[in-house]
Amino acid sequence: MNTTRTTTIRPGLATRAPGTEHERGDAMTAVLDIHELHRTFGSGHTAVTALDEVTLSVARGELVAIMGPSGCGKSTLLTLAGGLDEPTRGRVLVEGHDLAEQRADARAELRRRTIGYVFQELNLLPGLTAAENVSLPLELDRMRLREARRAAHAVLEEVGLTEHADRFPEDLSGGEQQRVAIARALVGDRRLLLADEPTGALDSVAGEGVLRLLRRACDERGAACVLVTHDAAQAAWADRIVFLRDGRVVDHAGAATVSLGGGR
Amino acid sequence: MPVRHGLLALLGEGPSHGYQLKVDFEARTGGSWTLNIGQVYTTLARLERDGLVIEVDDPEPDPDRRTVAVTDEGRKVAEEWFATPVEVGTPPRDELTIKVLLALAAPDLDLAEVLQQQRRVTLESLQELTRRKRALDPDTDLAALLQIDAEVLRIEAQARWLDQVEQRLAVGRRPATS
Repeated sequence: MNTTRTTTIRPGLATRAPGTEHERGDAMTAVLDIHELHRTFGSGHTAVTALDEVTLSVARGELVAIMGPSGCGKSTLLTLAGGLDEPTRGRVLVEGHDLAEQRADARAELRRRTIGYVFQELNLLPGLTAAENVSLPLELDRMRLREARRAAHAVLEEVGLTEHADRFPEDLSGGEQQRVAIARALVGDRRLLLADEPTGALDSVAGEGVLRLLRRACDERGAACVLVTHDAAQAAWADRIVFLRDGRVVDHAGAATVSLGGGR
Repeated sequence: MPVRHGLLALLGEGPSHGYQLKVDFEARTGGSWTLNIGQVYTTLARLERDGLVIEVDDPEPDPDRRTVAVTDEGRKVAEEWFATPVEVGTPPRDELTIKVLLALAAPDLDLAEVLQQQRRVTLESLQELTRRKRALDPDTDLAALLQIDAEVLRIEAQARWLDQVEQRLAVGRRPATS
């Protein structure tokens, strides 16, 4: 059954030298392109460097995990990737658009339409049903209510919550609430998913359900996903794992050149 | 000896014969343990000698196989086995632990790099297991899924231990590689 001993070497992943990122996918298909990103908080001798020359590219359909201990800069990276903060130096391109070159309103629109966020704190609005929570971003984007609700129901079906569409968050389990949050992040065909410790509050089976959904969003919708986690078993769902230490990329995993051999 | 108890447990579900027992054992344990057919016959012979199984008539007799059933005594042994928790015991000497402990004081060695190299390999093993897991259906492949879960947890413990070593030493303050 699991006695396969095949060795898979995916092109562009056999080496870990910097600069091989683009070989994975066509650079044209990169949904997120981060170039020599630097973020310093404070100034003078109290300045703290949170990110130091980080370069990363995430292609369509790719799930990339960012792993590292607390304070390594992984959440800062996600915040900058989503345009929620501005880098001290370096560039962030989302689907080819340089966030820094966009006017505020254009950037806000890009954020709304292209990027979905999933956080450990679900931030579901308690007074709205699951479907209303999911359709809210579309309504804020001035989509007609009926259309927005239809889109919300479609994505709730995708995450297996059709029957819970009219329930309020407090009537849902933690895992179900996180699935609503993922549906809200996906709705409107957003192509970049940014997830920060999305399973933090869930038990391991419910947490795995969330990772399966993120994986499916990449495999079936072609979404690009960046998953920030300190948890090895979660990072293992990614195609590639980027290790951050003190704001720097120190290593990559995901070459998958070694099979475990099976049949133990 | 788990094979002996495993066969008794399977026979508790009804009479069977050597080859069928091998197939059932492997299927039910998620393919994690491949039995040698010779080992199955030897074990059955010992169980029969000890009065724990007995040959019975096959509804569809076949000269090439002997059908056996569990005896009351055999059933009792299987029940006792299920009722007795597995000893946690002392883990075998683990090369990774030894290597890291010796690396702590080794001159001219970048411990952070030793830890990170191991972490990469550990994570890649977890990725491989997760890929296998993704291909499984939780409804139909439960045994295989549970077996992978056990393996994931074992390897995950290794990853967490590496993190803990780093936290205790706070070597994470320095970049692991240049």
